[in-house]
This record gives sequence, structure tokens and C-alpha cells, in this order.
Amino acid sequence: MQAIFQLISTHRVLATTLFLMVFPWLMPYEALAINILIFGLFAMGFNLLFGYMGLLSFGHAAFLGMGSYITGISIVSFGMPWGAAILFGVIAAAFGGLVIGFLAIRTRGIYFSMVTLALGQIVYYGFYKAEKLTGGENGLRGVKVDPFNIFGFKVDFLNPLIKYYIILFFVVIAIWLVSRILKSPLGAVMEAIRENEKRVSACGYNVAQTKLLVFILSAAICGLAGSLRALHLSIVPIDSLHYLQSGQAVMMSILGGMGTFFGPFVGAAVMLYLEDVVTSFTKHWMAVVGLIFIFFVLFFPKGIWGSILEYLRVQKGTPK
Amino acid sequence: MSKKTNQTRRNILVAGAAAASSPFWFNIATAQSSTIKIGFPVPLTGPFSAEAQDQVRAAELAIKEFNDSGGFNGRKAELLVRDDKLNPGEAATRTLELIEKDKVDYVVGSLSAATQLSINAVCKERKVIFNSISQSDAINEVKDWSIYTFHEALNPHMTAGAVARYAFPRFGKKVVYLTADYAYGHEMVRGFERAGKSLGATTLADIRHPLGTSDYSAFLPRIKALNPDVLVLCNFGRDLVNSAKQCTDFGLKSSMKIITPVLLYTARQAGGPEAFEGILGGTSYYWGMEDRVPSAKAFNDKFRKAYNGIVPSDYGALGYAGILSVLQAVKNAKSTDTPRVIAAMEQLKYDWYKGPQFYRKCDHQSVQSVIVIESKSKNMKDKYDVFNVLAIDGPDEKTLRSCEELGHKA
Amino acid sequence: MAGLTLELLGMQLLTGIALGSIYALLALGLCLIFGMLGVVNFAHGAFFMVGAFLGVYFLGLTGNFLFSILLVPIVTGAIGLVTERFLIRPLYGRGIDYPLLLTFGLSYVLIEIMRVSFGIEGLPSITPDSLKGSMNVGIGYFPKYRIFLIAVTALIILGIWFFIQKTRYGLIIKAGSRDPEIVKVLGVDVAKVWLLVFGIGTAIAGLSGILASPTRSVNPEMGIPILAESFVVTVVGGMGSPIGAVVAGLLVGVVYSLTSLFAPALAELSIFVLMAVVLLIRPQGLFGKSGFMS
Repeated sequence: MQAIFQLISTHRVLATTLFLMVFPWLMPYEALAINILIFGLFAMGFNLLFGYMGLLSFGHAAFLGMGSYITGISIVSFGMPWGAAILFGVIAAAFGGLVIGFLAIRTRGIYFSMVTLALGQIVYYGFYKAEKLTGGENGLRGVKVDPFNIFGFKVDFLNPLIKYYIILFFVVIAIWLVSRILKSPLGAVMEAIRENEKRVSACGYNVAQTKLLVFILSAAICGLAGSLRALHLSIVPIDSLHYLQSGQAVMMSILGGMGTFFGPFVGAAVMLYLEDVVTSFTKHWMAVVGLIFIFFVLFFPKGIWGSILEYLRVQKGTPK
Repeated sequence: MSKKTNQTRRNILVAGAAAASSPFWFNIATAQSSTIKIGFPVPLTGPFSAEAQDQVRAAELAIKEFNDSGGFNGRKAELLVRDDKLNPGEAATRTLELIEKDKVDYVVGSLSAATQLSINAVCKERKVIFNSISQSDAINEVKDWSIYTFHEALNPHMTAGAVARYAFPRFGKKVVYLTADYAYGHEMVRGFERAGKSLGATTLADIRHPLGTSDYSAFLPRIKALNPDVLVLCNFGRDLVNSAKQCTDFGLKSSMKIITPVLLYTARQAGGPEAFEGILGGTSYYWGMEDRVPSAKAFNDKFRKAYNGIVPSDYGALGYAGILSVLQAVKNAKSTDTPRVIAAMEQLKYDWYKGPQFYRKCDHQSVQSVIVIESKSKNMKDKYDVFNVLAIDGPDEKTLRSCEELGHKA
Repeated sequence: MAGLTLELLGMQLLTGIALGSIYALLALGLCLIFGMLGVVNFAHGAFFMVGAFLGVYFLGLTGNFLFSILLVPIVTGAIGLVTERFLIRPLYGRGIDYPLLLTFGLSYVLIEIMRVSFGIEGLPSITPDSLKGSMNVGIGYFPKYRIFLIAVTALIILGIWFFIQKTRYGLIIKAGSRDPEIVKVLGVDVAKVWLLVFGIGTAIAGLSGILASPTRSVNPEMGIPILAESFVVTVVGGMGSPIGAVVAGLLVGVVYSLTSLFAPALAELSIFVLMAVVLLIRPQGLFGKSGFMS
């Protein structure tokens, strides 16, 4: 058991990719599996800032939404091919990260959470009012991906399984990127900042710049998740930008285990699957989700995956 | 793990739960393969769950009627209800689930403009018929529309037009709008102004408020100062309940007539007699019509019999009609094949619950009557008797926007 | 703008103060909890909502508004006591995020409980008979209830001020928020104080709910926007400052009201912009202490 986990943690991207390739067969339907991919990525991007740097943002839905809307608008209003549309979505979200990050980094702690919430809401209202482009309250409709050719094979995006693998392709690239970031010196500085900001500053690192950089990366990844979501659903709902959506990222990270690599993905999978299943049984899914969340915060603050890791570490006797 | 095992497991889980749970939680079962499956995504949770549950009740009544009369070639129909949580993203996911996993033949449903456009976007790409049962102007427009799109419900233009034609000549030409700042609100104002123009009405102000505002007090002093003849509350559901209440508190009713495009039975129940006293509005259906429209009486009686004496609401009736139209088209086409069912629906002339209706060819909008009602607080015979029917604006294509205006080629 | 008169402006201002009174009261509760326990209560909006529901319910049962106003905060306060003791206390020392997250989850549960108890539609709110209608305030007719609201919240806020400034318990609370260690050393059972303060905070939230209930529809989701608005007020005023909470509450109410007059569609946005501006120019809020929350 130990050896397997050791192997997985060294080759975590490969392991994740292999698991995700068989994932659609574990889920009742592909659209759910795709949602899990997308929100797993969203939570992962969010977690870069929250779990690894200790910055609790309540406005990350802004980046999910920006990615979705810019990708959608590129296709609907400007007729761009979907590849370019994804690129624009990510760039837009990264730019949003630059602006919001720059403003938010000036504050700390609870104020940081409040500023990000407020700035996120401003983005929400902005997109809401730009009705001609975004569809306002009705959301953006008509995000189509026409069948295309790869090496002579016709690819039909409407086929749920094919759609899953195309989206998985992008998600894997993003996961790989995140893994590289975390394993790099930047990753070490990030975690150091979380533990003791003053000391890192004393060591000569530019803390503010690091924070901003990670903010932008985090925003870009959440933006990619948003872009993929627009293609998946063919629509962009306005509530993608609301603070309750940001709250979901928080919950997924906590549930899965913030500050761990797989954690957010596990959290997203559990939460979405639960919601789907619970909805079939009872209309009180909100209470069930709330109770489960409370339970985790109280008893398993490390989250599902984090607790599993901790248990293994304790078993093995390795120091942290 | 094979898909079939998962399917069976889910069947057992769900069947078990359905058996164990209360009769009011609707049977969200996966479909049997020889039945005609109709997906029904509606907001079972959230602020409009009361209306949605009525939609489900009425839809199930329609299904039962169809099945009891022999179905189609012995094939029965089945309703697959899903909760879209009034959330367009969720609605899209549910629709994907219904089409890809449950392999439904048709989709009927929705209870908001945003969710129906979302469901429509998913359905039309996969060439599945969608009959929408809630209000939207946008769904008739060429951008969202497709030949698979049908619109059973009224749209804001029709509703506002009917109310305007009734109210402006009677109560005055100086109008102030208190409008929820989103597509629905704007569409309603546009409908009122269009109808009002030919009647000589003038707009003193169109005051936009954010959707979901709970405190309207900030807008009311200005409205009072403007001194209009008519105040139009262009908002919906809870917004309407809140604004109606506060307008009453601020004493606006003494100097102006308050009207609203859509007056829902459930909103009236939530707001209470006092808040809504004297307020006039439009609706697609009110059970009190039964003394003048025979099909209304027939529908009400069926509903009362099936559900312990309660009467159907406006949205409920739409659930009934939405299902019956599709199933009748299947019978008429003698096939479940989508292109043939579409052709049959386009030819359909029906009268399920409120008088004659048909779908206009260019945008599949159901041409139907609009009922103008006024809320009452005295002389109520029972708890259901909350409106007086003032007028019925008959079904007429002229009350719709023209095909050209909507972008359809003639 | 056509028809803009001094009277209209005055009425709008008055409306803003009525709206702001509720914000001030809510923010005061939030501020007490934060100042004393360092906990950001994400369930504050939910307690507000519970207060509104219970208020309508008790009023419907007894027909006595005064009695309901007294009973509701006791009930919501009690719920708060239980919450602090069993849900929040285990989280102390773990960092500021945990109680925040827990209360976020709690709000989901409270909303659902209210749905189950009172139905998804909500309840029709009731204005007590004696307070119905409008009265002449010189510049025009203004709803009686809102005058009552302004007066009552002013009294309550004064009462709370008196409690904090002039009584022994208030002294302990003030000292405890500044330096819990010393207070502990001085022999005070800080845990009990925390318990009480949280209860007082949620009691205030419930009270705001019942007081606000005649002005809006009472439904399970009513607390969601209120939460964001209370945060705006708390941040503008300064996270730990009671004076800040009150002043900012009134300010936000007036800003909302005046924006509704000149640019109604931007009304909601305007308070978030206010918050962003304050945070960027004076991050500690109007009355907060510099570097208080880093």
C-alpha cells in the first residue's frame, strides 16, 4: 500500500491522468464526469492561492466567469474557432487576475477575503449589465463547437465521451502545469509565505510580487476551467460570477483537502457526485451539503484526501 | 464497471428511495425502454418550487390521460422529472443527462427565461423537441430559435399588450414603470409601450431596480412625486410581492392604479389580500374562468378529482398543455419521429384548457388568449377565490410581434 | 433631473436612514462577534432570516408585536449559544478561516430548516395594525412603520452602547476584545464571555430580522444578499468598531437610497463600489484601528 502511494505521489500527474481516463465509466453519465473535471480544475486553481499560500479569496468566480464569457463571446459574436476562443478566455481571466490581484494584494487576512468578494461582485454586475454581449440575466447562449477533423478523423463534439476526452486533454495540461509550479522553487516560496510571511520577506524575497504572480496563475487556471465549461454546456449562466460560486470553490477545497495536490479534485468529485445523487433522494440537498461541510470543518479539517495522506504518513512514521 | 451495472444499481437505489419517500416527492425514475419518454426539467427547489410542483402535478395528469386512452400504438408515455434548481447551468446539465443518459424523446419544461433558453440551447443542437412552458420573448427570436423549439407559454409582449389595452383606456395615460433590471423586465416595458403608443399613453419614467431587490422604499418617494395615473410593476414573483406590499405601505394606491403584466396565483397567496388589493394584471390561466370557458371547467374538474380538490395554477395548466400538445402531435403524426412530430405540431389546433390555440409557423409560438384579472380582498368565497376575471383578450396573431421583427424570413 | 425637489431629496434621505437602521443594527451584531471572538459570522444573514420567520410566526400566533420583538432575539440568541458552544468553540486556535467556513455551512442548513418548517414560499409578512399607513412628516407622507423602525433601532443601539460602556459586563467585553490573555489572567472565564457575546450577536441579528420583516417579503433566501450588504457595512465602518458599524450602516443605507434616485439600476453595485473604494484608500475602515486585521 505504502509503495503504491509512494509511486503515485512521485508520478502524480501520470497517475491522475490514468485515473481520469477511466473516470467516465465510474460516473452515472458523462455530463457529470465533465462537470467534475471542470470544477476539479476550478478548485485546483483556487487552491493554489488558498491551500498553498493561505489567501482566502471569495471572488474567484470572477475568473471562472471571465473565462466562460470571453470564450463564449468569441465564438458567438466573433465566430472564432474554439481553440482560439479558449486561448482568449484564459488570457482574459489572467488579465482579470492581474487587475484584481493588484488591488487585493494590498490587504491581508479577512480584508483580503472581503476585497475579493467585493471586486468579484463588481465583475458580476459589469457582465450582467453588458447585456448585448453577454445576454445579461438570460446568460450567453449558442456556444457551439462544430465537428472538426484531426488527422482525417471526424470529431463530433456532441458525442459525450469524445467531449470528455477533449476536455480532459486541456485539464491534464493544466494539472501538469500546476504540478510543475508546486515542485519548483516558486512552490517552495509559496508555502513559506503561508507559514510565515515576514520571515520570507526578511530572506529577501519579494512577497508582493510572488503573491501577484500566483494570483495571475490561479486566475488563468480558473479561467481555463470556465472556458471549458462554456463549451460543455453551450451556455454561460450569469451566476458563474456570483460569490456563491466562489464559495463552492472554497467548499470543494476544504472538503478534499486544501494544500494537497489531489485534494481539490477529490473535493469537487465528492461534492458534485453527492449533489447529483442526493438530489434524486431529497429536495433538501442544501441541508445535506451544509451538514457534510460542517462535519468536515469540525472533524476533518484536512479534508478527505488530506486526512488519507495524514493517516498514511502517521502509519509510515515519516515526519511531516 | 460496466455502464449497465451502474444503471441497474441506480435503478434499485432510486426505486427504493421512491418507494420509501413521501408521495409528494416525485418519482425521479430512469426510463423503461419501450415507453415514450418526456424529460421535464423544472425548479423543484428554490423560490418557484411551488409553481414547479404544480407543473409536475398537471404534467402527470396529462401523461395519465394519454396512457389511459391507449397511448400511441399501445406505447405509453413516461415523465422524467428533474430538478434544475432555477439555475441555467444546472438546467443544461440536467438536459444533457436526460438526452444522453435517459435518451428521452422530447423535452418539456422550464420556469424562467434563463433556464428555458439554456435547455433550448442544449436541445436544439441535439435535434430534440423542446416545448417551453414559461415566459420569454427571446425564445421566439431567430438567434435562439430552431425548428425544435416550441413555446407553449405566453411571452411578455402578448401579456403586456393585453394588460395595456385593458388598463390604459380606463385608468389614464400617464405611466410610470418600476422595472426589474433584466431581460424580462425590459421586454415587458417594451410590450406596454408598444401597445400604449396607439392608445396615446406616455411614459413619465422607467425606473429600473436590481433584480431581487427586497427594499423598494428607495424608489417610492420619486414615484409618488411623479404623480402618474398608472404605475406598472414590471417585475415577477418575489419582487412583485415585495414591491406591491411596499407600494401599499407608502400609500401609493390612493393616487394611482397599480398594474402588473403577470399576476401569479402563488404570488398573490404569498403577498396576501391587502398588498395585492386592487392590483390588476395578466395571466395565462385562472381557474375562475371555468364559468365561461368549457374546457377550463373540464380541466379543473380532472385536476380537482386527481388532487383532492385543489385547483390548478397558471403555471400548472401550462405543464398540462405542454405535454398534451406533444403527445397529441405524436398521435396525429402516427410516429415518434421528430421531424414528423414537428410537422404535426405545426398543424395542431387544440383546446386543452382555455379555449382554441395553435402554433404560429414561423416561431412556433402558441397563439392563445390572455386573461386580465384583478386581485380582490373582499367577498372571497374560499381561499382559492382571489381574483376577478375582468376580460379575456382572445387569441390573435396580431398580438404577437411579427415574424420579420423577430428575424425570421417570411 | 425632472421633478427633483428638496422634499423629494428629503424623503429619499429619510428612506435611506430607515434602510440604514437595519444595516446598522445587523453590522453591530457582526462587529461584536468579530471584535470579541475574531469570528466572521457567515451565518449572520441566515440568523436575520430566522428572526424574520419567527417574528411573523409569533406575531401571527399572539397578535402582539411587542411580545414578538422580545421573544425572537431570545430564540435566535439561544440558537447562537448552542452554535458557539458546540460548533465554533472546537475551532479556536485553528486560524481565522475555520469558523468562517463553518458558519458558511451553517447558513445552508439554517436556510433548509426554515424551508422545511415554513415552506419554500415564505410567509406573507405582517405589519402590526397600529403601525400601518403613513403619517405626515412635514415634507410628505412617510410610512408609519419606518418611522417606528428608525426610532426603535436608535433606542436599541443606545441600549447596547450603554451596556458596553457603562456596565461591568460591557467592560469585560471591551477588554476581552482588546486582549483576551490578560482578561483570562485576571480571572474572568473568557469562554463564557465568548459564548455570551456570540449569543448577543445572533440575538441582534434575529431582532433585525423581525424588525425588517414588515418592509420586505419573508422567504428562506432573504438572508443571502443581506449577508453581503452587512459585510460591506462592517468593512466600511471598520471591522472591530461598533461606532463604525452604526455610522457605516446609515451611510450605506443613504448611499443606496440616493443612488436609487439618480441611477436606480446601479443601486446595488454602488455599495460594493463604496466598499472597494474605502478598502483601497483606508483599508481599516472609517473607524477601524490601523493594522488591526493583518
